[in-house]
Amino acid sequence: MSSQRPSAWYAVPAFAFFALFAALPMILVIYLSFTAWDGLGTPQLNGGENWSRLLDDSEARASVWRTLLLMVMSWLVQTPIALLVGVWAAGKQRSRAVLSSIFFLPLLLSTAAIALLWQALLEPNFGAFVGGPLFLGDPDIALYTVVLVISWQFIPFHTLLYQGAARAVPPSLYEAATLDGATRVGKFLHITLPQLRYTIVTSSVLMLVGSLTTFDTVLILTNGGPGTATRILPLHMYITGFSGFEMGYASAIAVVLVVLGTALSIAVMRWSGFRSMSSQQEGS
Amino acid sequence: MSRRSWVRPLIAMGLVAVTAVVSACGTSGPGETSGGALKIWALEDPVLNKIEQKSIDSFKAGGGNASLETFGNDPYKQRLRVAIGSPQAPDLFFNWGGGNLKEYVDAGKVADLTAVLDENKAAKDKFIPSVLDGAKLDGKNYGVPMRGMQPVLLFFNKKVFTEAGAQPPKTWDELLTLVDTFKAKGITPIALAGTQAWTELMWAEYVLDRFAGHEVFKNIRDKGPEGWKDPAVVGAMSKLKELIDRGGFGNAFASVGYDAGGASTILAQGKAAMHLMGSWEYTNQLDQSPDFVKNGDLGWIEFPSIPGGKGDPSNLVGNVSNFYSATADSKNLDAAKKFVTTTLHEDSYIEALIEAGDVPPVVGAEEKLKKSAHPDYASDIYKMVLDSKNFQLSWDQDLPADKATFMLTQLQEFFLGKVSPQQFVDAVAAR
Repeated sequence: MSSQRPSAWYAVPAFAFFALFAALPMILVIYLSFTAWDGLGTPQLNGGENWSRLLDDSEARASVWRTLLLMVMSWLVQTPIALLVGVWAAGKQRSRAVLSSIFFLPLLLSTAAIALLWQALLEPNFGAFVGGPLFLGDPDIALYTVVLVISWQFIPFHTLLYQGAARAVPPSLYEAATLDGATRVGKFLHITLPQLRYTIVTSSVLMLVGSLTTFDTVLILTNGGPGTATRILPLHMYITGFSGFEMGYASAIAVVLVVLGTALSIAVMRWSGFRSMSSQQEGS
Repeated sequence: MSRRSWVRPLIAMGLVAVTAVVSACGTSGPGETSGGALKIWALEDPVLNKIEQKSIDSFKAGGGNASLETFGNDPYKQRLRVAIGSPQAPDLFFNWGGGNLKEYVDAGKVADLTAVLDENKAAKDKFIPSVLDGAKLDGKNYGVPMRGMQPVLLFFNKKVFTEAGAQPPKTWDELLTLVDTFKAKGITPIALAGTQAWTELMWAEYVLDRFAGHEVFKNIRDKGPEGWKDPAVVGAMSKLKELIDRGGFGNAFASVGYDAGGASTILAQGKAAMHLMGSWEYTNQLDQSPDFVKNGDLGWIEFPSIPGGKGDPSNLVGNVSNFYSATADSKNLDAAKKFVTTTLHEDSYIEALIEAGDVPPVVGAEEKLKKSAHPDYASDIYKMVLDSKNFQLSWDQDLPADKATFMLTQLQEFFLGKVSPQQFVDAVAAR
């Protein structure tokens, strides 16, 4: 027994919590995905029926594509803005501090408030864009509107990550670069960006997995509409399970979500070398 | 760290998890004692819940014991599903009758109230028979009406009609002509809250009824695919498509919501001329745009007839009523039966419903309705229901939940023009 490390007993609460609220539900969902259950009575095993139906379900396939599109679009919109604003906000000037606190306002609002706010703002008869494009009513642009609303909601959070990380970059690096005659852009590209590498990875994982499972904003903002234009996979699962009461089939969709989410975060970690977590600074 | 040192913590983790699960399941213990208070669940409604509480108070005064719990619409449906087989199940639960109730009856969860209603003739005879039938399945009564009747009507803005020199539509062709009239004036002919599929469903229900007759839907409910494949369904949906393509609902309906008040407000402000909605729209308008109603600008008529169609123009669709049903496993079944046969037809309860703007599901209410706050409206609805040949429960309540959910999605795609009438029918028939 080593007395240097904490005893394994210390992990009991964390593991028990994980077992009860993550592992157990996941096992139940996997079991349910092989049953037919309408919420009444007891689940009846039906073999792989839910799974073969899932393979044939064009609506499910379409919602997977919508989810991926939402995911990629959210990342593409949020990352550059959050990165630039975050690095800018890392400066010590007073004006930046004041403006930053305004930028961070959406962080203080609940998801429901944000969704209802934008819904009212984009209402076609009484909103702010009467006579303009039907942001939530046109099936061709509704998904992009959702991307913008989600970005508006989450950019401040990621900006905060980048701000903190940019402040941790040692000033000596910039001083050395200045002596070497580096330009602002050069310093950003060759010092700030490499130093923020792991923050970019963390923020990207949060964004990608977050938008894979995003649900509440879309539920309130569009409920998957118009038609099925914004019905992403989590929403498809919810509607199948809690409007159609096909709990077995909804569980099969849930398993797909779990697998996609896990695979995605593992892939990003591997690809980015995040696991080695070596410091970028000399001397440490 | 040695292997042994891991073993005990692991066992402990397992034990903690198991205890937690067991204790979570075990909390149902205390509720099981029999002879406790009658547990009643209903849909949340700021006005009606007070009346329902009063009926419970009077039941208590008579020596009974009961308590009311209320929930919002979607949470209620989900909660009831999960609770009904468990010890937490209510003794009496609110429902919409029809296919919605049938799922619970088929699962053996609902008590048969036929005998107790027959024993209490005074109560049974007080209800309008066709409404009582709304919760009748295979010849047995499973529910007793407890709220007002809510048929769907075509509301219109009288001022807008007068300014356009138009009359409210009596036939489908008149409706189509009116679409052109109002479009030319820059007014949305018909307000539609298209973010919520049930508003679009009202159109599909009435068009199918007027065009093909009410038996067609009964076939759909009872026979499924075969019922959908009746050529009359495609015919009716084509009629509806004609109205959509003509611009009857404008082009912004897909992002207009009902709960947010969008559709009702454009009618009140004269930006739209007509609005097909449940009878609750009257109280809703009174609440949101009081001047519009008080100036007498809100008009209402039955849905227009379709020339050559098979449906009777007096037919109605909507919420027949809401019902209380008793759970079969209830420990308080006798008290539950006593409650539904003594409190729901009492004069004080009926009068309170009328005062709240509801049109009660009882016979002989004409005089009382004439004395109500909105005599014209209430009497009109009462007469429409009594005169109707058939009162069809909204399809989303009359079909099993999985079928209804799929149909509503397809219907939204249909209104957006993404699915043709034939594709709509093929899709719903394939389920």
